[in-house]
Amino acid sequence: MALSEQNAVGALDTAVGVQAAPMQREVVYRHSAMVRATHWINVLCLTLLLMSGLKLFNVHPALYWGNYGYRGVPTLLAIDGMIDPETGQPVGVTRIGDHDFDTTGILGVTYDSDGRPRRGAFPVWATLGDGLALARDWHFLMAWAFVINGAIYLLFGLFSGHFRRDLTPAAGQLRPRHILSDIWDHVRLRRPRGDAAKRYNVLQKLTYLAVIFMLLPVMVLTGLTMSPAVTAAFPFLFDLFGGRQSARTIHFITANLLVLFVLVHVIEVMLSGVFNLMRSMITGRYVIKREGTS
Amino acid sequence: MSLTITRRGLLIAGAATAGSTLLAGCDKLPEGLSMRPLLDFGQLLSLRAHRLLLAAQPLVREYTLADISPDFPPNGTEMPDGIAYFELMSTQFANWRLVVDGLVRKKLSLSLDEIKQMPARTQITQHSCDEGWSAIGQWTGIPLVHLLQMAELTPEARYIVFHCLDEMTEGEFYYESIDLFDAFHPQTILAYGMNGKELPVQHGAPLRLRVERQIGYKNAKYVTRIEVVDRLNPIGDGKGGFWEDRGYQWYAGL
Repeated sequence: MALSEQNAVGALDTAVGVQAAPMQREVVYRHSAMVRATHWINVLCLTLLLMSGLKLFNVHPALYWGNYGYRGVPTLLAIDGMIDPETGQPVGVTRIGDHDFDTTGILGVTYDSDGRPRRGAFPVWATLGDGLALARDWHFLMAWAFVINGAIYLLFGLFSGHFRRDLTPAAGQLRPRHILSDIWDHVRLRRPRGDAAKRYNVLQKLTYLAVIFMLLPVMVLTGLTMSPAVTAAFPFLFDLFGGRQSARTIHFITANLLVLFVLVHVIEVMLSGVFNLMRSMITGRYVIKREGTS
Repeated sequence: MSLTITRRGLLIAGAATAGSTLLAGCDKLPEGLSMRPLLDFGQLLSLRAHRLLLAAQPLVREYTLADISPDFPPNGTEMPDGIAYFELMSTQFANWRLVVDGLVRKKLSLSLDEIKQMPARTQITQHSCDEGWSAIGQWTGIPLVHLLQMAELTPEARYIVFHCLDEMTEGEFYYESIDLFDAFHPQTILAYGMNGKELPVQHGAPLRLRVERQIGYKNAKYVTRIEVVDRLNPIGDGKGGFWEDRGYQWYAGL
């Protein structure tokens, strides 16, 4: 019988069973143990990297382009708190290029739980590390954890077929018509159902590929470009990113893109069924409900 | 630097990370567990990895005169307090001496003129502060290795400690230390010139350390004594530097 045969299939990432019930509820084994483990370790690493990174940014909350940059050199971005000479009130000012924006309460000046203003680019609650030395310790420790975890994931992805099978867009998925209809589905918040829900949609695949093979490597390389020891060994990193301060700026921008990705990722999870998707990333099991016959 | 890691310490610290990540504003956890062993392990990984990468002792990138930044922020002490430094400064450091002692066969005591007559090295390099800013400057000075060869290290020598003239807190002067790996690097120099002029007071006159593969605070200013030692524990609070004694990383190549 077909159903029992399917039940016997035990390979990773393939269907392991079908509930023998009339309600057409199929349980697929969606995420291998390795993908699940590296995913959650990555969540931990990126969270602590972000929080300690914001602390490091707060110590010198300005970004420059080129090799050098310090107080007095034109900034690409600068966040600071000051006292408004007219009102005597604290204001947070975010300067992008030549334009100043009042970001009081969010950036530059934030208020603690007692309503007292605090000067600092990013609010204290978002940062990790009580002081620069400790923030550096955390940032570099988690960078190691992130890189080791990432390397394991990359090797696994390459050799297990995870990248080829799950993340590489199928030929049909890359047709402009398909991409457009996928975008339209996203705009209408329509989720794939049935068999279509078994694989990632093309926007999802392209986003994951961009994060895994562009944003995260850029984070690592720009981070290394800020190290005088690493750049002694690999001076071409300066040429790759346009200098130490450019690397710091790209590091910051890319971190923002990653935060944006995580926000969209979490929102998509919320919209597509938190329980089912969380279960699939924790136990591996993902339930597909079918309409009609299959 | 001695970083001793126990496996048990690591396991406890690891378990603690998983449980309290968002609460961790400090390295001490409520139960008295410390994240320190894990954080120290991270430092050790970086040191070991960098030493592997730098095994061939490559030079840091050197820049041209045109690349020198218009300004170079002086960080830390900009002029040491006290009458002793003031008197040295007002006599153009004529009475200043650099002492090299500790685990050496020949103790040295050198005047600024004597140092300036030794073979000099000039390099235009990037200075990076742990705060995140960086500047480019030209430095002229004597390679540290030259002084160490003159003084002849004894076999026990492991670290070079730089004692400075700036008093940071009462009775406590700035100091820094590097190991022989960095001490023997050709770009590790004691600079008396900056951007073609005498080293300014705010940048550490008359003599400062340039250790180009590490960040800002390792580059001690106002150096007056170079002590060769076999271990760092007996000096200051034992962590190898003024900032290190306050929690900063001894190895600061990142």
